[in-house]
Amino acid sequence: MMKVIELHASATASNDLDAAALREELKDRGILLINLMSSPGSGKTTLLSRLIRDFQGKLRIAVLEADIASKVDAETIASLGAVSQQVHTDGMCHMDAGMTEEGLRHMDLDGIDVVFLENVGNLICPAEFDTGAHKNLMLLSIPEGDDKPLKYPLMFQKSDALALTKTDALPYFPFDIEKATERAKHLNPDVSIFPVSAKTGDGMRDLEDWILESLRELRHA
Amino acid sequence: MHELGIVIHVMKTIEDIAPENHITKVGSATLEVGEVSGIVTNEFVDAWNYFRKKKPLFEDAELNIIKMQAITYCTACKKTYPTVEYGRTCPYCKSGETYLVTGNECTIRDVTAQTEDEKEDDPGMPSGAEQESRT
Repeated sequence: MMKVIELHASATASNDLDAAALREELKDRGILLINLMSSPGSGKTTLLSRLIRDFQGKLRIAVLEADIASKVDAETIASLGAVSQQVHTDGMCHMDAGMTEEGLRHMDLDGIDVVFLENVGNLICPAEFDTGAHKNLMLLSIPEGDDKPLKYPLMFQKSDALALTKTDALPYFPFDIEKATERAKHLNPDVSIFPVSAKTGDGMRDLEDWILESLRELRHA
Repeated sequence: MHELGIVIHVMKTIEDIAPENHITKVGSATLEVGEVSGIVTNEFVDAWNYFRKKKPLFEDAELNIIKMQAITYCTACKKTYPTVEYGRTCPYCKSGETYLVTGNECTIRDVTAQTEDEKEDDPGMPSGAEQESRT
């Protein structure tokens, strides 16, 4: 017999369930998962390299690299001595919770404090899928322009923190930090904003404190 | 390309509820898609038609998409207006203090499915044999 079944469920309901389970499992293990989202070329790998160096001896970091192709980012991270794993998304423009869980299963996370998921470089799709991360950290680089919150609002709304990267390039681009901050806060009043330069180290301390605080929060919740 | 990912999750959500509802075949799925959800309908249908051939449960399943109008609320003058026409600035008081009320959603509204009644009158038949007898 034919039957109409009313669902009224989010199209990504199955992913939301997987994400919640992964978040809980990692919390039980005391591992903080941070999802890095941004456009390609905004400096995700450079920022991660800086964080790995700065946290040397203080935090044990692992990185799950998601790309459509190649393993150049995973090699860069591995060369710094951090645990790294490359996932290929088979043409998909984002990571979801199932793919993240699958990637993490191939990593030795014993003794790891923080795992960064370097999501596919894209300002649209990654914001639509919960990866199971405890925190979403978005990067917006100075050369991209301060109008991005107007054009790609969802990612700004979904992020817990926003790193304005490549501040060393500020003299060369008409990027207004105040305007970018105002636009991002308008979309998401709770977002923490960190202007940083991974190259010079400017502003890194505040971002690193946010990571440490997020880890403390997770372990004492 | 996120349409591909969303279609996979829509099918998985339906697969998850299939056993409890005794669904044997999905006839159609109706989705409510917001005007500003960023979902391109044509690509969504293409992705659906691609994946349904890979899954027996969905091989005859049609996809119905109901477009939901995007509505924005202005916190300054407390009025609502159509988002696509006016964007973020309120057409009544020109305030930018606005937020989206609807239009960003992608919801599975309902599924029409062929279901198998629980065979209380035929307790001796194992479920595997039942499956085969229908094909």
